[in-house]
Amino acid sequence: MNLEIPKKFRSLVNNAHQVAAGTFRPISRYYDRHEHERPRELDMLASILDGFNEGDPSNSAGAATTGASGEAGTEGVRNGSNMGVCLGAMELCYGDVALMLSLPRQGLGNAAISAVATDEQKQRFEGKWAAMAITEPGCGSDSGAIRTTARREGDEYVLNGEKIYVTAGERADCVVVWATLDPSMGKAAIKSFVVEWGTPGMELARLEKKLGIRASDTAAIHFQDCRVPAENLLGSPEIDTSKGFAGAMQTFDNTRPLVAAMAVGCGRAALERLKELLVDQVNLDYGQPVDNGSAVEAEIYRMEAEWEAAYWLTVRAAWMADNHQPNSVQASMCKAKAGRVGNWITLRCAELAGTLGYSEEELLEKWARDSKILDIFEGTQQIQNLIIARRLLGLSSSELR
Amino acid sequence: MARDAMGYALSALNHLAGSGVLDRLGVRRTAENISYYLSRSSFSAISTSARQFRNLNPLKRPQRLQAPGETRDLFDLNITDEQRMIRESVQEFAREVLRERGEPADAEQSIAPGTLEQASELGLTLFAVPEALGGAATERSPVTSMLVAEDLAHGDMGQAIAILAPVSVANALTQWGSAHQQGTYLVEFAGDHPPVATIAVSEPAPLFDPLRPACTASRRGDHYVLKGTKSLVPLAAQAELFLVAAMTEDGPGVFIVEGGSQGLGVEADFAMGGRAGGQGRVTLDGVTVPAANRLGAGDFDYRAFVDLGTLAWCSLAIGTSQAMLDYVIPYANERTAFGEPISHRQGVAFLISDMAIELDAMRMLTWRAVCRAEQGLPFRREAHLARTLVKDKAMGIGTNGVQVLGGHGYTHEYPVERWYRDLRATGIAFGGLHL
Repeated sequence: MNLEIPKKFRSLVNNAHQVAAGTFRPISRYYDRHEHERPRELDMLASILDGFNEGDPSNSAGAATTGASGEAGTEGVRNGSNMGVCLGAMELCYGDVALMLSLPRQGLGNAAISAVATDEQKQRFEGKWAAMAITEPGCGSDSGAIRTTARREGDEYVLNGEKIYVTAGERADCVVVWATLDPSMGKAAIKSFVVEWGTPGMELARLEKKLGIRASDTAAIHFQDCRVPAENLLGSPEIDTSKGFAGAMQTFDNTRPLVAAMAVGCGRAALERLKELLVDQVNLDYGQPVDNGSAVEAEIYRMEAEWEAAYWLTVRAAWMADNHQPNSVQASMCKAKAGRVGNWITLRCAELAGTLGYSEEELLEKWARDSKILDIFEGTQQIQNLIIARRLLGLSSSELR
Repeated sequence: MARDAMGYALSALNHLAGSGVLDRLGVRRTAENISYYLSRSSFSAISTSARQFRNLNPLKRPQRLQAPGETRDLFDLNITDEQRMIRESVQEFAREVLRERGEPADAEQSIAPGTLEQASELGLTLFAVPEALGGAATERSPVTSMLVAEDLAHGDMGQAIAILAPVSVANALTQWGSAHQQGTYLVEFAGDHPPVATIAVSEPAPLFDPLRPACTASRRGDHYVLKGTKSLVPLAAQAELFLVAAMTEDGPGVFIVEGGSQGLGVEADFAMGGRAGGQGRVTLDGVTVPAANRLGAGDFDYRAFVDLGTLAWCSLAIGTSQAMLDYVIPYANERTAFGEPISHRQGVAFLISDMAIELDAMRMLTWRAVCRAEQGLPFRREAHLARTLVKDKAMGIGTNGVQVLGGHGYTHEYPVERWYRDLRATGIAFGGLHL
């Protein structure tokens, strides 16, 4: 047993930290105020990250390589790309969650392609920035209720429906769209399709104005008789009712730790800044029991303990993925924990910093807004609890609704 | 035994209490206070010990063991094959023996002699003593101790405390003892009848800080004189050997005190939980110990000594919390209300999933701190954060576990009320144990 981050990730973590501190932070407030303006600074950065990816997948700081297994360590234990991606995301989101989400070619759609695409598809979509489109006006957490349809016509699928909350949906080169082959067949009929911008029938409806992560565009996209080549369907085109949703949901096991990592990074930013602001008022030497110090010291220790818990639960889930251990429950645990902890810490830090924390002079109020989405997307905390509870209790989705 | 005498005294008191005489006389409150002290003093004894500790084969230097060498520079949550084997036997013992006897041991406030005998077959004490001193240990692994504590507490925390207190003293002597201390005391733990031993750190004061004990150790020539009161000391009445934390002129230290020492007294101190651990108060009224009995050989780290105790309590809390989770899952599936199992309601199911999330959070922080301790890395911060998280989350699991069972959970028909009481110890106990 060893719970230290191995040395081999040091350069990755350091590089991501440099990006966070040197590139993201200086432009963080600007793009928060200028919602929907494309952060040009990120284009060059993305090229540099592409270089990292090509060199060593385990050195990647983006989402694109989640799901791939890492290099084998001695005696079979792996600390691979899932862990590396999470560590990178923690650092980048220490800088700015929204700017990380706006990094070209690091979208959640890329993670989906990486997780379920065939080798031919991976080759075909290489270098493309892929966003992910699941949510519809009538379905949020209930992905099984998707109404967007994909009708087979010859060598094509014809897509019809409305997608909302597509992160980087406009800026990306393509969108991974979830649609059903047959609404009467339930979840098993839901498949994902890579749809490239420029495909006739695909239209940008609007960009959302949001509470936080404003530097990251959130698109609503409409599909009207949008024809997609049949070979753009990810995974198997068969409707296998015995497998149900499993294929599509597989992606989440890899991306939930990533979102947890984002919450960890955002939380750390707030906690560190609060400590800096309070440097003359608190003595944080871990010297006496938590209840023996001042109220604010106790609160900081508690935040730090909760933050560490979120951090290590996230690393655990990523480690399990690297070692090909089924990690659905642990992925949901870290997502639930990091989501609420990140939100609690950022809100509490803004509060404890007083008007400084509430003012746009500091980034604390921004992090307190940004963190809220991390407790929502990729499955709300409540959805994670459902997944965990069903598994622990051995209940089906019809028993524990 | 003192317990029997106390039993008689208590039944006499109960007879009086139930008679209504006290209410008529208007002195019930006073009598209740007196009864508490009466019962304590009936238990109270000058601690005695037939055992003679002698340094028969003086060592040239203390025996220090290395951490297991398998640690590599990779994050790894796997345990070794040896640890897996140890866990299997400890888990079986906890399941078959400790769980079964949890309720009677709690009621009697002691572990049955037969249980202790069975526990000794696990060889925990022997594996805490270096081979050179007649033991079986070739390496020192706080991680293994942590896993053992967790598994024992999954059976029953109170009995786990009684089993682990002497092992803890052996661990501390192995890690910190001087050549003289190991030759005199540690060797005894490798014998057929290892001494009953315990660690006394906590004191009966609110907001107790183990780094600032009120108990003092004053230097008088080549002796120290100890004065003070220690509370929640496991096996207090039976212990033949104590490690006592006390403040000296140069900061807090730990002193090896033999049972039967002049001025050493023991009183019963009935507590909310962990009762099978036989915790009591220890009074030190000018107890004189040789200066050579101050624990350490130049490398003693009082803070680490305390933290390895705190992390042992965290490990126990993890085991008991796991027991709670494992218990409420089948209960919630079998108990029906409004025509279906209560587990079908999110209000119940989410309590359970949150228990599971926080239990794993407790695990990760405790494991991290103990791994660092084992590897010789600084672990003060990690131990502090582990305790800060574990004491809140473990109690949350305790209270929510009882909540899932509702009224049933509040009665002794089910073990969850005992686990609730046991888990409260996590925010309170210092010392007593040492990984």
